[in-house]
Amino acid sequence: MPYSEKVLEHYNNPRNVGSFDAKDPSVGTGLVGAPECGDVMKLQIKVNPDTGVIEDAKFKTFGCGSAIASSSLATEWLKGKTVDEAMSIKNTEIVEELALPPVKVHCSVLAEDAIKAAIANYQQKQDTEILADAKAEPVGV
Amino acid sequence: MSAKLPVYMDNNATTRTDPRVVEAMLPYFTEHYGNAASRNHPFGWEAEAAVEEGREQIAALIGASAKEVIFTSGATESNNLAIKGVAAMYKKKGNHIVTQATEHKAVLDTCKRLERDGYQVTYLPVDKFGLVSAEQIREALTDKTVLVSIMAANNEIGTVQPIKAIGRLCTEKGVLFHTDAVQVVGKMPVDVEDMGIDLLSLTAHKLYGPKGIGALYVRKKDPRVRLEPQIDGGGHERGMRSGTLPVPLIVGLGKACEIARLEMPEESARTFRLRERLRNKIMGDLPETYLNGHPEHRLPGNANISFAYVEGEGLMMGIKDVAVSSGSACTSASLEPSYVLRALGVGDELAHSSIRFGIGRFNTEAEVDFVADLVVREVSRLREMSPLYEMVQQGIDIKKIEWAHH
Repeated sequence: MPYSEKVLEHYNNPRNVGSFDAKDPSVGTGLVGAPECGDVMKLQIKVNPDTGVIEDAKFKTFGCGSAIASSSLATEWLKGKTVDEAMSIKNTEIVEELALPPVKVHCSVLAEDAIKAAIANYQQKQDTEILADAKAEPVGV
Repeated sequence: MSAKLPVYMDNNATTRTDPRVVEAMLPYFTEHYGNAASRNHPFGWEAEAAVEEGREQIAALIGASAKEVIFTSGATESNNLAIKGVAAMYKKKGNHIVTQATEHKAVLDTCKRLERDGYQVTYLPVDKFGLVSAEQIREALTDKTVLVSIMAANNEIGTVQPIKAIGRLCTEKGVLFHTDAVQVVGKMPVDVEDMGIDLLSLTAHKLYGPKGIGALYVRKKDPRVRLEPQIDGGGHERGMRSGTLPVPLIVGLGKACEIARLEMPEESARTFRLRERLRNKIMGDLPETYLNGHPEHRLPGNANISFAYVEGEGLMMGIKDVAVSSGSACTSASLEPSYVLRALGVGDELAHSSIRFGIGRFNTEAEVDFVADLVVREVSRLREMSPLYEMVQQGIDIKKIEWAHH
């Protein structure tokens, strides 16, 4: 089964490969998939805490060409979106953009999961930070 | 000299038809096109003579006599005929068959069908190299066993089974022995007498012959093996396989066997050298690569290598100018990785990371060097892109992570 031009293009020139410091409070990390299943995606977003805009995104993927292309495309789409906008990215849009065949739809599902996981991780950090800030405030002094 | 692209290195899947084979076949399409069963005119006689010459050439390669060679459409049919044919013919004697886990689907699925029809099948496990032993078979035999079917060499991992020891055991026990020898015939010496083989499947397209033609060797004496035919019709091939003989294909198979018999010693030494060159270059340059299958008891041209932290299909895309195959699930319709690698106990993640290189007659040293360099470059690139590799570099044990299985 031949790959689409777009999958090949992303595979040969993947956008935004790399990592951010996962401990950075402005970074959200999503790690989805499993080695035994043949796909693992790590997707990270770096959010401007004041605007809620995703300023940068990076990925690393263990998987087939379609999995690499799906995560590469996801990082491209994430940049410049607000966290709320990013939540609405659907796997079907990735399928359409990359012309993925039915057997590769799971790659797009994994990319959507990775986006959601990264956002959830970022939001969790904000919550704990608020909590930590609240705790740090001396109460009743 | 540089390699001409794309490079074909999937010779365990199929081989290029040798031009000498094609040349031998051609007159039988347009000039000598008779039906080998026509006894009344020269067209028929010519065709019959060509068929009998083909039979002789095949028999000579495996140490059989020409009368013991039955033509089929290929190894899948040969395996079906051998196993189902024996099972049906010897039904009154017993209903038990012994085989092993890494057989080709043409054997495994045939056995599964027989199980549904009331037969008992023992699927022996293999060791970490893919080997089964004669001792395991001895222990599995019962007084109901009518057939042992063990492949001569595995198509994915190249492991060569101890066929002679198994054959001797079966002879001693009076149990028929079938071997699917498609990967071995023409690559390594086979002698049905010396090895105690009663039934042997082979196919032309794995030894530089055409697709669509194979043969089943059926022992004629000590013991005389009888088979229940699976295709009824005009009673061709001693009644075991009806159907008009495809004369040009038989000529091709015969020629391919003749070439293999004459050139095997030199050719196998050459493909072995090329394979070792490829393996040493790749595994010498890349850490955490693993050879699947047996290091010594293996087909001369086969190397099956797992590249940790890199997914097989993803890697195949990176080496798209090279035709190879992968044990990764992504290359097949099923979601499971190779059942052969699983039977060896290779973890699923390494099974997903495996590539099979099949070196054959037409591969050159320049191609091997090109492929080795490309693989090293692409694996390095993909590892830099792999979250698993990154974790390992950071000292994280990826086996301890709770992965969300999807």
